[in-house]
Amino acid sequence: MLAQNVTFGILAAAATLSALRVVTTKNVVHAALYLVVVLASIGALFVLLAAEFVAVVQILVYVGAIVVLFLFGIMLTRPELGRSAGLDNDQRVAGAVTALFLLGVLSFVLVDFYGDDKLPDLSGVSRAQLTAERGTGAVGDAIFSTFLVPFEVVAVLLLAALVGAIVLARRD
Amino acid sequence: MLVNQFLLLGAVLFSIGVYGVLARRNGVLVLMSIELILNAVNINLVALGALRNDATAAVTGQVFALFVITIAAAEVGVGLAIILLIYRNRSSVDLDDVDLMKG
Repeated sequence: MLAQNVTFGILAAAATLSALRVVTTKNVVHAALYLVVVLASIGALFVLLAAEFVAVVQILVYVGAIVVLFLFGIMLTRPELGRSAGLDNDQRVAGAVTALFLLGVLSFVLVDFYGDDKLPDLSGVSRAQLTAERGTGAVGDAIFSTFLVPFEVVAVLLLAALVGAIVLARRD
Repeated sequence: MLVNQFLLLGAVLFSIGVYGVLARRNGVLVLMSIELILNAVNINLVALGALRNDATAAVTGQVFALFVITIAAAEVGVGLAIILLIYRNRSSVDLDDVDLMKG
C-alpha cells in the first residue's frame, strides 16, 4: 500500500507540474514535450489501477502518434522555433479564476460524495485471476461482445475523421 | 489507495486544461489543453471502474477509456487540419484573429 501511494504521489506531482507548464510555457515545442511527461505519467497511473491495456494504448496512441501530430502541426504553422510572445490572450486572470472556481466545486463534490472510499485491495488476488478477469484478454472480449456496436461506430468515426482531415488539409 | 486520489488528480488536470483553453490563443496550444481535459476524463473512467470490486465494471471503465482515446485521436487529426487551413488563409494561428462570425 505504501509503495503504491508513494508511486501515486510521484506520478501525480509529475503530471500536475508538467500540465501547468503545458499551459504556461512560452515555447510551443516545450509545451508539446511537457505534454509527453503528462501523458506518460497518466499511462503509469493506469498501470497502478491494473488497467494494463489502456496504459499501453495511452503510450502508443498519445505519446507515439498524437504528440508527433502536434509536433508536425507546430512545424507547419510556426516557421520560427523558440520563445515567442503572444501565446496567451488577455483573459489569463479571468481564466485562472474560472479554473480555480471549477476546481473548488469539483473537489468539494468529490470529497463530499466519495469521502474515504477505498479502491478494492487486489493484493490478495492471484496474478492469473487478475489477468483473466481484467487483463488485455478480458478487455478484448468485452470490446468484441458487449461493446461491438460502439466499437464499429468508433471505427467509422475514425475513418470519417481521416477523410475529413485529408480533405481539409490538401491544397488544390 | 483512496479513489479520491485519482478523482482529485483528474479534477486538477481538468481545471488546468480549462485554464489552457481559456487563456491560450495559439490554436495548437488550445488543442493540447483539450487533450489534458480528455486525459483527466480517462483517469476518472478507469478509477471509477475499479472502485467496485467487480471485474466487469473494471473492464467497462477501461473500454470506455479506450473509446475516449480513439475519439481524441480523431479530434486532434481534424483539429490540426482546421488550424493548418487557418494558417494557410491568414498566415497566423492566433485564434483571437478568427472573428469572421463575430456580430
